[in-house]
Amino acid sequence: MDILNALVALTNFVLIPATAYGSQLALGALGVTLIYGILRFSNFAHGDTMAFGTMCTILVTWMFQSMGVSFGVLPTALLALPFGILGTMALVLFTDRTVYRFYRQQRVKPVVMVMVSLGVMFIMNGLVRFIIGPGNQRFADGERFIIKARAFKEMTGLNEGLAIKTSQGITVVTAILVVAVLFWFLNKTRTGKSMRAYSDNEDLALLSGINPDRVVMITWLIVAALATIAGVLYGLDKSFKPFTYFQLLLPIFAAAIVGGLGNPLGAIAGGFVIAFSEVLVTYAWKKVLIYLMPEGMGPEGLAQLLSTDYKFAVSFMILVVVLLFKPTGLFKGKAV
Amino acid sequence: MSEPFLIGENMTGGYGNGPDILHDCTIAVNPGEIAVIVGPNGAGKSTAMKAVFGMLNVRSGSVRLDGEDITALSPQDRVVKGMGFVPQTSNIFTSMTVEENLEMGAFIRTDDIRPTMEQIYDLFPILRDKRNQAAGELSGGQRQQVAVGRALMTQPKVLMLDEPTAGVSPIVMDELFDRIIEVARTGLPILMVEQNAKQALEIADRGYVLVQGANGHTGTGKELLADPEVRQSFLGG
Repeated sequence: MDILNALVALTNFVLIPATAYGSQLALGALGVTLIYGILRFSNFAHGDTMAFGTMCTILVTWMFQSMGVSFGVLPTALLALPFGILGTMALVLFTDRTVYRFYRQQRVKPVVMVMVSLGVMFIMNGLVRFIIGPGNQRFADGERFIIKARAFKEMTGLNEGLAIKTSQGITVVTAILVVAVLFWFLNKTRTGKSMRAYSDNEDLALLSGINPDRVVMITWLIVAALATIAGVLYGLDKSFKPFTYFQLLLPIFAAAIVGGLGNPLGAIAGGFVIAFSEVLVTYAWKKVLIYLMPEGMGPEGLAQLLSTDYKFAVSFMILVVVLLFKPTGLFKGKAV
Repeated sequence: MSEPFLIGENMTGGYGNGPDILHDCTIAVNPGEIAVIVGPNGAGKSTAMKAVFGMLNVRSGSVRLDGEDITALSPQDRVVKGMGFVPQTSNIFTSMTVEENLEMGAFIRTDDIRPTMEQIYDLFPILRDKRNQAAGELSGGQRQQVAVGRALMTQPKVLMLDEPTAGVSPIVMDELFDRIIEVARTGLPILMVEQNAKQALEIADRGYVLVQGANGHTGTGKELLADPEVRQSFLGG
């Protein structure tokens, strides 16, 4: 019974939140890795692209809510999501036309592109704060839980409750769907294959008659969709605050690099590695340990390795270790 | 003599705005022929081929394909016109499967590419066995077959190979040459740059010995092999 209780506590406080967070990071890292693989630079504006997409979705959600449109037990934001994606697509295509294309034509070094994306990041950052403000926004509605802690306790008779939030369920299901569609697109369609070819060997892709402008445009469209979906899922799960999204850049980049930059499979693996490490290291293990240790031997303190304030240190450490010992990441990616 | 199918005539030029590397150099090839460009290191062999393919700034002279002046076209446009080019290095998509490599080769085509793919598998049977393997995992000789196969997928009117046997073992080299002869027998003109001058000239209908970016000796492969001056200065006696 104690072991079961420990297991339930672990699932409730570690496995489920980390899986949801990992899915969100994975979607974010996929966007970063696609840009890196195809446009060949680290896009620092990705976090703020996510923020912009989420903001668009929130505004449409509010409009739907005021019109009385709802999605039943599911959050209205899911209905607004396609509009958010369209808005973000328009923004990134506009940015590419006005900013990135100029530098691409100059064939500037990747580091210059990174600095350019830093500038774009600040602009997007300001734009989002200007429109929706720097504060916290809640936009989740519908049923809050799939399984409630108390209902679980009554059902099983265990001391520990297990809760699964709707947002967590939606996150995982959406992430699986999106990843499946993305991989099908990249591996099975002609356009997807041409994107991989362009990422693999740009010169040879040009010789084969692949149109680089089209590849770049489709990449931006996909990245806009991925960023918006990742941002909205994160916002539904936690809450929306522009600064948090800017901060998400670190774990997202860590995930992309750990997995191997430019490798979509790696981005997903990296997302989960980062999410689980962050949650495992910052979780107070006291509760689980009390169940597992013999009576009276339980830890006195919280048994927490790091305070949650330091969760970014975890991504940083993993990043440093990977760059030192395996710069190409877990899956064969490109060295930074 | 009538106009050759593909000719780069009196080409003078260099990379970008850099100094001239080619000086009044002429390279030509006809259907069913193998034309080979040989010469000592730094003679401008690859440069001459790149000039024909449009990767060089040709300041005077012209390139004509089937009577049409294509001097001003970009390499990509020349591919559309029917030139297949196999670069010396990074000539395959390493992370993609053999079949995907061939598919990408045919990217500009909108018709059914299956028959062409079958022809290439008939020509290079090993590729049929490895069709679902990543091209980067293949051996050097097999990679070159993928590279040539990719270029053939456009159904080009002329095939240009930049040192196809660089870095492969002698046995594999012989096999590659056999395949190249087989391709030439189908009537496709082949223009090739080679390090292994002796073997290359043996299969060449036309040989160009370049010396410092200019035509040194020109003739059939056999003539060049028999030419005492070419042997002395270049083939090592």
